[in-house]
Amino acid sequence: MWAWFHKLSSPKYYYEWSGKWLPWLGGLTILLSAIGLYWGLVVAPTDYQQGESYRIIFIHVPAAWMSMFVYMVMASAGFVALVWKTKISEIVVSECAVIGAVFTAIALVTGMLWGKPTWGTYWTWDARLTSELILLFLYFGVIAIYSSIEDKRVAAKAASMLSIVGVINIPIIHYSVTWWNSLHQPNMEIISDKPSMDPSMLYPLLIMAMAFKVYFVWVLFMRIRNEIISRERATKWVKELVTAS
Amino acid sequence: MLSALLTIIRRDLLVAFRRRAELMNPILFYVIVVTLFPLGVSPDQEFLSQLAPGVVWVTALLAALISMESIFRQDFDDGSVEQLFLSQHPPTILILGKVIAHWLITGLPMLVIVPLMALLLYIPQQAIPTLFITVLIGTPILSLIGAIGVALTAGLRGGGVLLGLLVLPLYIPVLIFASGAVSAAIEGLPYSGHVAMLGAGLILALILSPLAISASLKISMS
Repeated sequence: MWAWFHKLSSPKYYYEWSGKWLPWLGGLTILLSAIGLYWGLVVAPTDYQQGESYRIIFIHVPAAWMSMFVYMVMASAGFVALVWKTKISEIVVSECAVIGAVFTAIALVTGMLWGKPTWGTYWTWDARLTSELILLFLYFGVIAIYSSIEDKRVAAKAASMLSIVGVINIPIIHYSVTWWNSLHQPNMEIISDKPSMDPSMLYPLLIMAMAFKVYFVWVLFMRIRNEIISRERATKWVKELVTAS
Repeated sequence: MLSALLTIIRRDLLVAFRRRAELMNPILFYVIVVTLFPLGVSPDQEFLSQLAPGVVWVTALLAALISMESIFRQDFDDGSVEQLFLSQHPPTILILGKVIAHWLITGLPMLVIVPLMALLLYIPQQAIPTLFITVLIGTPILSLIGAIGVALTAGLRGGGVLLGLLVLPLYIPVLIFASGAVSAAIEGLPYSGHVAMLGAGLILALILSPLAISASLKISMS
């Protein structure tokens, strides 16, 4: 097991290994999002309070979940990068920062679009919205420090360090709902006897969440492969790969 | 180990005292920025007193940020930071000494200046002790977190704006709890919860940030 992880941290082996996964991940993303979107946007019943506008949650909620999940992945990879100094985990940090920032931006924009008909305003300084905005700032910080240091290996280490420090913010986001009184609805409880959401809406939401997760892995793999090729362009195996194809 | 800590503090205080003129700069910055608010918003007494807890703390954040750079910049350029790591003592202790010295130089004056400027913004008298406590607990957190950012950007030219981008989001919890405590005190509500959260933050920062600072300095030196 450890030997395999060690092997996986070699750029060449990782490149070959991840290549085999790409079609499966891509296919699964398309399949899951097709099912989830059809179920959520067409089959699921209209909400009796919010009408049709609630349907944006099938994008908004998975994106918001991913915005935090990607940060955890980034910080964990950052920890691995600082402790074991493996090249792949360093690349994971810098690529996660970009993907996570995009998920956070999607969550914010869809939340604003949903807020207009529901709350009557695009933006309110509520705890949840503000924490999501701060999360976006944290992602920007990681991206900024990564791009301002010339040496990419040093840059990745600095970004790893910053993402580990920023992890303090994740529990604050999570508990902000209980800490501050806010407009936003409380966190949904999914794993309980009585879910607060009807199964007809919950299942498509969970499928969309899976679709987003697989999509993240798919995009992450592609971005890592891209970065590997660009970083290792001087090595023999990359030259052979390029001339062979 | 304690003597090493004290030596570092004494050394940094001495260096700062030799350049006395610079000691005043963060204080002047603080006073000037607070003065901008009545000019920019409104001199109305009631309005300002409502705004005051936020204004005094946002300005404290900015003052902490701009004074942060000096903690490692010169030592990093002349190689003293490398000597910290070559010393027989654990670098985290020495770094903690540097942060304490930096707080004594830049944070301690805030204990006087912040309540004073708050009075100029017509903050009710009963909130002053609370404000004092939040400054006492809050500003060391700002120094401890800010030092991580400075350590990460120490090797860069013109890291000033970048430092704000990295550090200000991390300062937000301090701002929320500190200004929350002051606002609660103005309303006559219990504020001990906010102060307790600040205290917890200080303990967490005291334990973890020297580790983060020393790891960051090592990254910047590589």
